[in-house]
Amino acid sequence: MAARQETVARVEEIDVDAYKYGFTTDIESEKAPKGLSEDIVRFISAKKNEPDWLTEWRLEAYRRWLTMDEPNWARVKYPPIDYQDLYYYSAPKSTPGPKTLDEVDPELLRTYEKLGIPLREQEILAGVETRKVAVDAVFDSVSVATTFKDELARAGVIFCPISEAVKTHPELVRKYLGSVVPATDNFYATLNSAVFSDGSFVYVPKGVRCPMELSTYFRINEQKTGQFERTLIIADEGSYVSYLEGCTAPKRDENQLHAAVVELVALDDAEIKYSTVQNWYPGDSEGKGGIYNFVTKRGDCRGRNSHISWTQVETGSAITWKYPSCILRGDNSQGEFYSIAVSNGHQQVDSGSKMIHLGRNTRSRIVSKGISAGKSQNTYRGQVSAHRKAEGARNFTQCDSLLIGHECGAHTVPYIESKNPSAQFEHEATTSKISEDQLFYAQQRGLSAEEATALIVNGFVRDVLQQLPMEFAVEAQKLISISLEGSVG
Amino acid sequence: MIKLATEADAAFSSFFEEMKGQGATGLRQAAWEAFAAKGLPNRRVEAWHYTDLKAALGKPAPIASAQAGMREIARAHDSVRLVTLDGVFRPDLSDLALLPEGVKVQSLREALAQGAPGVMALVASADVQAEDAMVAMNAALMQDGVVLRIAAGVTLGQKIELATYVSSQDVQSSFTRAVVVLGKDAKATIVETAGALTAAPAQDNQALILRLAAGAALDLVTHVSGQSDKLVRVMSLLAHVDEGASLSSYALVEGAGLLRRQIFARLNGEHSKVALNGATLARGRQHADTTLVVDHAFPNGQSRERFRNIIDEQGTGVFQGKIVVRPHAQKTDGVMQSKAILLSDQATMNNKPELEIFADDVQCGHGATCGRLDKDQLFYLMARGIPRYEAESLLIEGFANEAFQGLEDETLRGFLLGRISSWLAARSK
Repeated sequence: MAARQETVARVEEIDVDAYKYGFTTDIESEKAPKGLSEDIVRFISAKKNEPDWLTEWRLEAYRRWLTMDEPNWARVKYPPIDYQDLYYYSAPKSTPGPKTLDEVDPELLRTYEKLGIPLREQEILAGVETRKVAVDAVFDSVSVATTFKDELARAGVIFCPISEAVKTHPELVRKYLGSVVPATDNFYATLNSAVFSDGSFVYVPKGVRCPMELSTYFRINEQKTGQFERTLIIADEGSYVSYLEGCTAPKRDENQLHAAVVELVALDDAEIKYSTVQNWYPGDSEGKGGIYNFVTKRGDCRGRNSHISWTQVETGSAITWKYPSCILRGDNSQGEFYSIAVSNGHQQVDSGSKMIHLGRNTRSRIVSKGISAGKSQNTYRGQVSAHRKAEGARNFTQCDSLLIGHECGAHTVPYIESKNPSAQFEHEATTSKISEDQLFYAQQRGLSAEEATALIVNGFVRDVLQQLPMEFAVEAQKLISISLEGSVG
Repeated sequence: MIKLATEADAAFSSFFEEMKGQGATGLRQAAWEAFAAKGLPNRRVEAWHYTDLKAALGKPAPIASAQAGMREIARAHDSVRLVTLDGVFRPDLSDLALLPEGVKVQSLREALAQGAPGVMALVASADVQAEDAMVAMNAALMQDGVVLRIAAGVTLGQKIELATYVSSQDVQSSFTRAVVVLGKDAKATIVETAGALTAAPAQDNQALILRLAAGAALDLVTHVSGQSDKLVRVMSLLAHVDEGASLSSYALVEGAGLLRRQIFARLNGEHSKVALNGATLARGRQHADTTLVVDHAFPNGQSRERFRNIIDEQGTGVFQGKIVVRPHAQKTDGVMQSKAILLSDQATMNNKPELEIFADDVQCGHGATCGRLDKDQLFYLMARGIPRYEAESLLIEGFANEAFQGLEDETLRGFLLGRISSWLAARSK
């Protein structure tokens, strides 16, 4: 009850444009000239002192990208994007490579403080149980700080910006980069391969259970800047890692492009848990501004008994185009996808998951909860397929949509393809509104309309919230209430 | 306009030149333009994601010419039969003399030649042809068919059968279009038969336009079969169901070559009901696609879809079902269910159930499953001394029959079940 009251109170204290991370940071930054060309690709690569093979890899991706068409099959509408009217590289100006946090621009530190992201490795107070979370903070195109590096290094875990990993662990990067999402994969992934700026790199060695949660925090600050980060996580045999991702951006009138690529590789008996709380600026109540979130996320269960789990809470972005997938290659591997997608205002969400069953006895589960309010459109689009050799594959999919208000839409487009008789696929989808009966029942017992709605929505998304790490779950629950603000009544 | 890029484009273009003088010039022209703008459907067209006609119709066969003379066509039903053979309505083979009171029949060719505006409005399918290239092609090239009108208030005691066959030994294309109108509060049972009397790989494009006025009720029983494994058949059902009217459709599809059965059903008034049921049997290299769009355009509508696919050998089954609920169609109640059983390691099933919902006060859901026969059920039967093969047949039969449970006409249900049994009897052990 207390938590719900707090949620309602929080909702009340903010105005219609409830986005609280909409401030901008005045910081001097260094940008590449506007537009995209081979020279810009070379410029980015040179800025990062990259080896020749990587420069070449980027250029190849760029040339390929020129031949590709923007995908148009998703249920989203937006004016054409002028890819030459964007900055592809922006970095806060600072002394080259700050060694300690004291060298980092204080303005930046204040930004992260405001966002509630701890960049200083806080000592743990005696008797107070707080879990440690290592953070990699990415500001526009570069990573500004990574915490707890030393402690992780003692466990053998590599956690650093990918630009650093290219230099310190080139053999790993070269082996795995583009091995899950090839540079030629799709329009946005190929663009990302050409111009990706930074992102996190994680390697967990054989048999190691990563001692703390890893997390990356993405922030877009500059105007007319695209953010193209690239995350690569490798869990070697028998290892485990849990990774969290958060994102925000300032309120701006124009739309900003975010085209990230996330690649996960799980070898024999390894497990990766990837959680996202996505809260990019969704645009104002008129539908002006907001982030275009065109993201390719894919996990490869390469080894036997490997396990990849995606959990996402999506409340932000003007447009979301995102389908975290699992390629279940190893025998007995397991893929999971849990998602809550909340859309309000003029947001458009086209999101879902793909489970590609290649190996024997592979199992997957998809639980997707879509909540549409205001004038938003929320689409679940997913694919489950079993190939000829996927003996004994198993999938269960559940997609539920909740509609709040009469101007929004909820859509479900699953593709279920089976080429193996022993594969057992089940799919269920429902769409409904919060029933009058439920509301009446709750209000009878003294809850206000808003409280009652919050209660019902929380119940609706519970299955997914339970999958989130505890710190995130509380935050996510509040976020959902805030996103639905103004939609009740 | 069409780019005469491929052999198929050029052939269809010449068909259009041949047909455009045969009445309904404006209607044909508009339909041709709609087709030309899209071209033959292929896998890049979302609604045709699993069925590639561009490949299947690479070499269009010439338009069918009427086969003169009488021909005995075996009867499957005790019905008043109206026969369309090789693209042409055949009064000489039809039971026109037995038509009950309140029923009027005219050939489409005659109706198009007269061009009465009321009939032309019925024949046109502008809303769907804008969406689907094969419906547009059918309207542009339609040769003949039946226009059947059942007067308001009439309750038919006897079944009427619309039988469409291909029979030529030569490879031919046929384009037929039937129109069935039920007046206010009329009630009828119609059997739709699409068959082949030849093993030649015909190319058949059929459309059935259904109009149910307020309060009308129709049971439509469809049976599709063929002989050639190179037969290409596209069947489109375009239904408008007005206020308080009810359409129940039961279809048994026995695979033959490539078959696409598509249904565009529009709940066109409040409190209308649509129930679409079907079972598909496919083996060999057969490809059987059932695609439907149920459009809830008015409040308080109810739709139920129930489909079963049984796929053996190297067959492919496709089910695509979309429930659309428009912004003002509040209190819509829609449930769709698709289940498939794969009987062989080489069989493929593709399921795409979709919901597209723009109104908030609705209850809609869909379920889809795919797998093999339940081991426990098989064990249960075999433990009671039933050999595996028979036990399997029993289970498959029960599974397919689920689609026909609601069918009240017992002779028709018996007919469909009989067809399923003979399909199973021919199954390899």
